[in-house]
Amino acid sequence: MLSFCSLLYKEVFRVWKVGFQTVLAPVLTALLYLLIFSHVLAQHVEVYPGVHYTAFLIPGLMMMAILQNAFANSSSSLIQSKITGNIVFVLLAPIAYWEFLAAYVLASMLRGLVVGIGIYLAALWFAQPPMLFPLWIILFAVLGSAMLGSLGVVAGMWAEKFDQLAGFQNFIIMPLTFLSGVFYSIHSLPPFWQALSRFNPFFYMIDGFRYGFFGVSDISPWVSLTVVGGCMLGLMLLSLGLLKSGYKLRY
Amino acid sequence: MIPLSLEHFNLMPPAIDVRQARKRYGNLQALDGVDLRIEQGEFFGLLGPNGAGKTTLINLLAGLALPDDGQLSVLGHDVVKQYRASRRLLGVVPQELAFDPFFTVRETLRLQSGFFGLRRNDAWIDEVMHHLDLTSKADTNMRRLSGGMKRRVLVAQALVHKPPVIVLDEPTAGVDVELRQSLWRFIQQLNRDGHTILLTTHYLEEAEALCTRIAMLKHGRIVALDSTQNLLSSLAGCRVRLKLAGHLPAALLPQVVEQTNDDYLLTLPSYQALESMLAELRVAGVAVQEMTLQQPDLEEVFLRLVGRVVH
Repeated sequence: MLSFCSLLYKEVFRVWKVGFQTVLAPVLTALLYLLIFSHVLAQHVEVYPGVHYTAFLIPGLMMMAILQNAFANSSSSLIQSKITGNIVFVLLAPIAYWEFLAAYVLASMLRGLVVGIGIYLAALWFAQPPMLFPLWIILFAVLGSAMLGSLGVVAGMWAEKFDQLAGFQNFIIMPLTFLSGVFYSIHSLPPFWQALSRFNPFFYMIDGFRYGFFGVSDISPWVSLTVVGGCMLGLMLLSLGLLKSGYKLRY
Repeated sequence: MIPLSLEHFNLMPPAIDVRQARKRYGNLQALDGVDLRIEQGEFFGLLGPNGAGKTTLINLLAGLALPDDGQLSVLGHDVVKQYRASRRLLGVVPQELAFDPFFTVRETLRLQSGFFGLRRNDAWIDEVMHHLDLTSKADTNMRRLSGGMKRRVLVAQALVHKPPVIVLDEPTAGVDVELRQSLWRFIQQLNRDGHTILLTTHYLEEAEALCTRIAMLKHGRIVALDSTQNLLSSLAGCRVRLKLAGHLPAALLPQVVEQTNDDYLLTLPSYQALESMLAELRVAGVAVQEMTLQQPDLEEVFLRLVGRVVH
């Protein structure tokens, strides 16, 4: 267990040492989105009755940042360690596969959640969204960040250079988060895009998370919970299987 | 009456046991059925030219690579099935210079201790740093260290958990004489304290001076495995360097290995052949100005077995 704690400490310490880049920068980016989109659209859009667009936007931006940062943390840590070669110190140690996975995923969750809380606190200056069901908020934040932390482990193992990881981030993670209903309700989309959105697991994370704030959602939070929980479990098992096989780590 | 111990029944597991280890990378058969048994307490040398399979073998032992076939164990623990137990018993100094730029030397060593499940390991960390001349750099960030200092930290990281089996993969490649000497003093002390040492090196004189047994690898196979003494004595005869006041008689020319003007290097099948060589010179009326006898060294054994220079 101490091996796991040490690896977790190392990962968290790494984030802390470059906190400006890992925490403050994403908070600022989310605030810029909030400032611009709410300024441009607030007078024209009312997604849910009685919910101001700025308030509607805040949970979506929080979740988007939680997911992106959770993914970035585990994937960038792994690729950096692989490229600089210092992954060898972890690979030589008697760390169980589940400890390896748990440490990387927990550190990712922590970074994602800290960024999410940071955005919430900073966004309070613009609008105060209600928090009707805090447990749903916590549940989706935890499951979503764990899922993306695991996906980051898979991507970090798969990628052999920064270029490949950037491709994964720009061509998979970014489109999926942007097209998941961060800035809109999928009910405002044409039927084809509405149907397509249901294949996007990120949509369920955002929708379920937003339900915790406003008590309204595009789809039942229980369905979202099932989809997100299933995806997280699937990705955890995939990461664990890859770690056991030594995929691109133990040649 | 001699007291019986486990050793008498040969029940102590070997420090390292490798059976028919095979590993292929694409078209390259990096290891081709290696068998190797290293007993506890040995100072063992693994030699071979670049690409012979030394690092692959070490990577398999350390779990950095997985074998295609065969079994490898550390103190009786299979490196695949019982990977946690085997890794706990093994300390590896990797060949590549790697470091984590986020941490200081002390933080690095504390973290490494934690990875091996050790808490409050500072007394041993201080001792290791002292032996490796790292104490003054304890609070320096890894990025600010010279290459030699980073190499010392690599060695320290391998030793934080006091592993009974220590594997050093080219630990002195590109480091100064001072570190080499302090490192070998420390490693020899650990060996005297009972730690098993497996060393790969390109410096054959180091292997000759330190190792009690040596294996030579070539193309993923072991081509020689014996005590250092036996390997050296397998080279019968000696070499003679002569400076002559004249030309070497024609009868001795087949034994010449090297010639520069009147300087000759000859190989002789035995020390007895010296007498007949001197008789030939006397008959030809060639005076000997200087004569030096050279003992065979590991490099000659290596060249004979492996067939090319390693430096």
